[in-house]
Amino acid sequence: MGIETLIAGMPGTVAQGIIYGIMALGIYITFKLLNFADLSVDGSFATGGAVAAMVIISGHSWVLALVLAFIAGALAGFITGMLHTVFGIPDILAGILTQLALYSINLRIAKNQPNTPISVDKYNLAVSLRYKNDALITVFVIAVIIIAVMYWYFGTEMGSALRATGTNPAMAKAQGISVNVMKAFGLVISNAIVAFAGALFAQFNGNADVNMGRGAIVIGLASIIIGDVLCQALFKKKSNFALSLAFVVMGGILYYIFIAIVLWLKMPANDMKLFTAIIVAIFLAVPYLKNKANSSFSKAAKRGGKVNA
Amino acid sequence: MLNAFNLQKTFNPGTINEKVALNGATLYLEEGEFCTVIGGNGAGKSTFLNAVAGVWPVDGGKIEIDGIDVTGLPEHKRAKYLGRVFQDPMTGTAANMQIDENMALAARRGKIRGLGWGVTKSERAKYHSMLKELDLGLEDRLTAKVGLLSGGQRQALTLLMATIQKPKLLLLDEHTAALDPKTASKVLEITDMLIKEHNLTAMMVTHNMRDAINYGNRLIMMNEGRVILNISGEEKKNLTIEDLLHKFEEVSGTEFTNDTEILSK
Repeated sequence: MGIETLIAGMPGTVAQGIIYGIMALGIYITFKLLNFADLSVDGSFATGGAVAAMVIISGHSWVLALVLAFIAGALAGFITGMLHTVFGIPDILAGILTQLALYSINLRIAKNQPNTPISVDKYNLAVSLRYKNDALITVFVIAVIIIAVMYWYFGTEMGSALRATGTNPAMAKAQGISVNVMKAFGLVISNAIVAFAGALFAQFNGNADVNMGRGAIVIGLASIIIGDVLCQALFKKKSNFALSLAFVVMGGILYYIFIAIVLWLKMPANDMKLFTAIIVAIFLAVPYLKNKANSSFSKAAKRGGKVNA
Repeated sequence: MLNAFNLQKTFNPGTINEKVALNGATLYLEEGEFCTVIGGNGAGKSTFLNAVAGVWPVDGGKIEIDGIDVTGLPEHKRAKYLGRVFQDPMTGTAANMQIDENMALAARRGKIRGLGWGVTKSERAKYHSMLKELDLGLEDRLTAKVGLLSGGQRQALTLLMATIQKPKLLLLDEHTAALDPKTASKVLEITDMLIKEHNLTAMMVTHNMRDAINYGNRLIMMNEGRVILNISGEEKKNLTIEDLLHKFEEVSGTEFTNDTEILSK
């Protein structure tokens, strides 16, 4: 296959990347703002897909599909929030429990079908790989709207309280903020956005698979970290919140372009998760190692008595 | 303003680490009283402040702030009555957020946080002039992340945040202990200035006897989870360190020999 196939497929690749980027925006809320490692997203991404597929198959519009997927994701986040705040289960474990439970629930939603096809020939969908260019525009507009809403919300009194909860819970409490309510609410909106992205993903690819969420958290983190590294490199300290969010989506796009190239190089699709894990590990390790290289003991020893080594 | 009666708290009850931290601590503060709290390590000073702040529920006793029974209220619901500054400068502020955002969070303490802007333009102007009064050069760094500030600057900011709306009670838990002597005295000056300016009721835990004597119009000493000494008025004004040591021996029946912490001048 020539490079033309890769380039011809680029609008679809970018659209898929933006969908991952939207999912990553949801993960950003818990991972970056709340400082909460929420693993329920692997489940809620697939929940969004399953809900959307069933709504569309039953003859309703894609608008209702997206709305109900959003609500289903919110419920999933609420469960994780309750497990953590009311029952005192540590964050990672609370997320894993929800994720596990959602696997069964997603199968039930999909009437015990592991894969539910929703062909664009039969149904009217919000986005489809078949119409790449339209899909690209649609998901781009959606991403811009979500970034705008997040930018606005996290600048409000309530959004500030949520950020304070993530950065310093002791301080938040002393300022009269209910840390538990804020955490639960953050999980609700995070998973709602993730499920919404799952609903887009299922429509885009023409099917909802019960396994489609596997590794979603890692892809989300990949997008966040790639975006962050890029944003730091390009804007240094000048970056602001809106830009950071935009770069999360950019990270999703870059991630998926990378995957598309790997696929184009005829690497086996089954190795994709391995590649993803390696990419994320590299992007996590590089800033740390770079920092370490600048201030290492062995360098200090070599400098010895010299002041300006 | 504060009526803490017969407070009881035991940590890790029934275990080998059982520790009776409060054992009948009682204190009544009038409005406008600035009470310094001294005592050796493990005397229950910080525990007392935490009990009032509602970090955990007490095992026994009753806490009233301005006539309101807060014994059953969790920490975040009591926060509207309280201003707090902690020993660790990192605790009182949100490092990842801007100076103005931190102040705005404090300005909304105890109020419903809705979808209005987290910081408004008029607030920024107000914060600018408040910070200018501190004379630490923070007024021109309103949008800087608090994590970039020094410990002393963070404590000064926390103080400002604690008093940005007049608290019914200001709780200062060894808030200068982690600072160098020069910064500590600057922060103490700011503390005294703010308390006088707003006529605040305050409790200040300190390990420094001289500060305990020089500041405030009330002094209590704690030992083994109880208030063992209560000095106010003229007596407080004329108090010396020698007097204090003498009184401690009188009340507790033990000598102040091996507790070097409390002797630091």
